[in-house]
Amino acid sequence: MAQSTAAPTPTTTQTLTPLPLRAIAPWAVFFGVLMLVLLYFVGAEQGATALVSGEGVHEWVHDARHLLGFPCH
Amino acid sequence: MNSTTVRTLLVRGMLAGLAAGVLAFVFAYVVGEGSVDAAIAFEESHSHEHGEELVSRSLQSTAGLATGVLVFGVAIGGIAALAFCFALGRIGRFGARATAALTALAGFLLVYLVPILKYPANPPAVGDPDTIGQRTALFVLMIALSVLLGTGAVLLGRRLAPGWGNWNASITAGVAFVAAVGVAMAVLPHGDNIPKGFPAADLWEFRLASIGIQAVLWSAFGLLFGYLAERVLEPRPVRGRVSTLTA
Repeated sequence: MAQSTAAPTPTTTQTLTPLPLRAIAPWAVFFGVLMLVLLYFVGAEQGATALVSGEGVHEWVHDARHLLGFPCH
Repeated sequence: MNSTTVRTLLVRGMLAGLAAGVLAFVFAYVVGEGSVDAAIAFEESHSHEHGEELVSRSLQSTAGLATGVLVFGVAIGGIAALAFCFALGRIGRFGARATAALTALAGFLLVYLVPILKYPANPPAVGDPDTIGQRTALFVLMIALSVLLGTGAVLLGRRLAPGWGNWNASITAGVAFVAAVGVAMAVLPHGDNIPKGFPAADLWEFRLASIGIQAVLWSAFGLLFGYLAERVLEPRPVRGRVSTLTA
């Protein structure tokens, strides 16, 4: 069924249809921010600024932070 | 329907990022840890006070490294999947796989390679702890500028393409990007503070390992996500090439 309706449409025109911005925006806002928070914890927490006190986060991701290219200490 | 597609792509992007993170972790452990250890040995031989160890070196180089790289992979995968959703069908006549590959390439260049040309990755012992705030701010600023200018270049290329043709438009956009990034790099202050006597070869090896890790991460993500995205967006067992031949 699905195959017979999709078959006449060439691949290119099907993929060229952009996803509407209205459909992307809510995901981009919520998950974009969430992902940036994750990056912050890997890249900068307890370095430049600290939300959690101590050195635990910094020390735990220490090697990854250096090797991924973030300034560490 | 479209919102569901975005959600599916986002989830698959994060999964592809996780898998790419596993490969990048293996690469980092095998190739990168040697130069981290060398830098720490230098640090200790120069009586840099380090206090008591919160996390042991063996944990930092295994579980700690894995945590950092995997979380980084998931986050990068999610953001790149969202960027892919924007790019799909908007950057030219590319299918899902090609768009994913281009998104990953753009991510590698704009989020990592261009920023580190100005502020390269530094091993332990390199960098003054007192300037960490400033160095982090400059690094983030460099990434933001690179992403903004890169996005601007893509928009410029798309605008010029109808009149100038794809080749000329892409070259012009690329040159404009390089020129603008060059100006930004010239204006921003220096970031390096390499201690006297730190072996140049170790520094280069560390930085090369860092580039390798990010290259593994982004290329694995681009290829994997392209495969996963194509199955969402072009769900047919036999695709494109075969159907055009038989049609």
